[in-house]
Amino acid sequence: MSENKKKLLEVKHLKQYFNVGKSDLVKAVDDVSFDIYEGETFGLVGESGSGKTTTGRSIIHLYEPTDGEIIFDGQDINKLKTRSEKHEFRREMQMIFQDPYASLNPRMKVMDIVAEGIDIHHLAKDNAERSKMVEDLLEIVGLNKDHSSRYPHEFSGGQRQRIGIARALAVQPKFIIADEPISALDVSIQAQVVNLLKDLQREQGLTYLFIAHDLSMVKYISDRIGVMHYGKLLEVGTSDDVYTKPLHDYTASLISAVPVPDPEFERNRKQIVYDASQEVDEENKPRKMHEITPGHFVRCSEDEVAKYKKRAASYEN
Amino acid sequence: MSERILDIKNLEINFHTYAGDVKAIRDVSFHLDKGETLAIVGESGSGKSVTTKSLMGLLANNAEVVGGSIMYHDQDILKKSEKEMQSIRGKDIAMIFQDPMTSLDPTMKIGQQIAEPLIKHKKMEKKKAWAQALDILKLVGIVNPEKRINEYPHQFSGGMRQRIVIAIALVCYPEVLIADEPTTALDVTIQAQILDLMKELQSKIETSIIFITHDLGVVAGMADRVAVMYAGKIVEYGTVDEIFYNPQHPYTWGLLNSMPTLSSTLLEAIPGTPPDLLDPPKGDAFAARSAYAMKIDVEKQPPFFKVSDTHYAATWLLHPDAPKVTPPSEIVRRQKLFSQMNANKSVRA
Repeated sequence: MSENKKKLLEVKHLKQYFNVGKSDLVKAVDDVSFDIYEGETFGLVGESGSGKTTTGRSIIHLYEPTDGEIIFDGQDINKLKTRSEKHEFRREMQMIFQDPYASLNPRMKVMDIVAEGIDIHHLAKDNAERSKMVEDLLEIVGLNKDHSSRYPHEFSGGQRQRIGIARALAVQPKFIIADEPISALDVSIQAQVVNLLKDLQREQGLTYLFIAHDLSMVKYISDRIGVMHYGKLLEVGTSDDVYTKPLHDYTASLISAVPVPDPEFERNRKQIVYDASQEVDEENKPRKMHEITPGHFVRCSEDEVAKYKKRAASYEN
Repeated sequence: MSERILDIKNLEINFHTYAGDVKAIRDVSFHLDKGETLAIVGESGSGKSVTTKSLMGLLANNAEVVGGSIMYHDQDILKKSEKEMQSIRGKDIAMIFQDPMTSLDPTMKIGQQIAEPLIKHKKMEKKKAWAQALDILKLVGIVNPEKRINEYPHQFSGGMRQRIVIAIALVCYPEVLIADEPTTALDVTIQAQILDLMKELQSKIETSIIFITHDLGVVAGMADRVAVMYAGKIVEYGTVDEIFYNPQHPYTWGLLNSMPTLSSTLLEAIPGTPPDLLDPPKGDAFAARSAYAMKIDVEKQPPFFKVSDTHYAATWLLHPDAPKVTPPSEIVRRQKLFSQMNANKSVRA
């Protein structure tokens, strides 16, 4: 299915190190590669410190990557030279942040928050068009146009996150990075925001990178999923494959830890404990992504491929 | 049956604000028996944290208990002075807070923080208290406790810090442990470890636990009984199976329906937002967001209707004259499981 789709984003051997040249070097993202196809949602899961947020930030060029390539719509974003190229890139890729309380300027009205991108990119001819655009956006995200004259503190968490989404949509992006967009919201509101993101994707053909630690939510929204651990991408596949046929031990342990709202299931739950020691010894056993079944990759060394092939086959029976 | 530890009756708490009185807790009653885990579920602002803070005598200055009683064995906690509360707090009723990053004192060695309640409540000598602190550190699974007892909170990871918070709460073997979202700040794998630890310790020292959370997955794994709160009221309570497999209140339906499971393909969000408790709705507070609301829901507060000896729900849908409604498909699926389980049980019996 994915072969005939266009790759919108290619991340190739991305490395993002901090404190390079010092003794406290941190390899936040270490040799991560994946593709995102046009119109799909790619979910990135992992525990805190796994490097999923850093990956998102490197993609949108909030950091200068240490090494590797990020190719967006055919262009390497690290090689964008002219102002106008960079300008266009920033219009096409937008971000929705985790904390709806911290990501909106408390001293700006909703109108100006949402219109900031419109102004920077000169998308509106005059003031009337600008207001019209903002009001339309607010309607799209389920707020109403009277809200445009209010300040962020007058809104609830879920409403603020809708404002953040409207701001991202204002510049008509192709690609949106949503970094834990719902983790600060109440359960009953989370589903509202996730469904809104899904509807917008269908209507506007958006592509998402959805970063979260809530595995069941990621499973629900994503077409494909990548699992990160200690800065490395361990497994990539369709969300069904990753959840029902996990290959890597870490993925299996992560899934086994997700609490399920079903007491009968919980009583019989067996948590799988992951032993990270199999990760070391990188020098003697270089690991890279191997395709075990079509579209389902796992990070392993050459001699481990057979083991994973066997594991994949065991799911088929 | 089993021994009743806490009995909360008709509790009402208001917060005085510039805008007027916020009616945060509106006529809440529940009880806690020895050795059981009661989960209180609800979204922020539903009053679950305020309820438990009142049990600890830790309400904010602008809060006022307008009515009701909190009986701990045969004494009313609401009538105690601050001094008397100090001898109960941490000894008989202990609390684990949500954020392990802020609930420890960064300037005190963790050994001292664990030993403090022993020295204060049990008048233990320092040496003996530290020895006991060492034991409980082992119990909560801190590796190399002899060395780590002399370290400061910043030297521990989030999961380890939450273990220390649990150690402090449990060191006096309290009768009641209140856990306010104890794992919300933690990763799922660490969360699973902490929950297992709490279950294990509960069986060891026979504590009763009040577990506050918004995560129904965690509730399913931890609770014996569940109370669902909405807009300052309990809307439904019952055993964990009754709430998850035979829910009756539309809000409980909505909550279960909006949680993704690993197999769900469609999420149904609850529309709208919770009501403003400055001026709470006259009838069922959830009516404005409910597809099942009837005229009477807006006009009159529903009383608790009995579903079983242990299961009650405050919704007019249970009134004998109410029209039959079909709950969302996910709930119907769960209710089918429930009747199957009951059938199996009666076969076994």
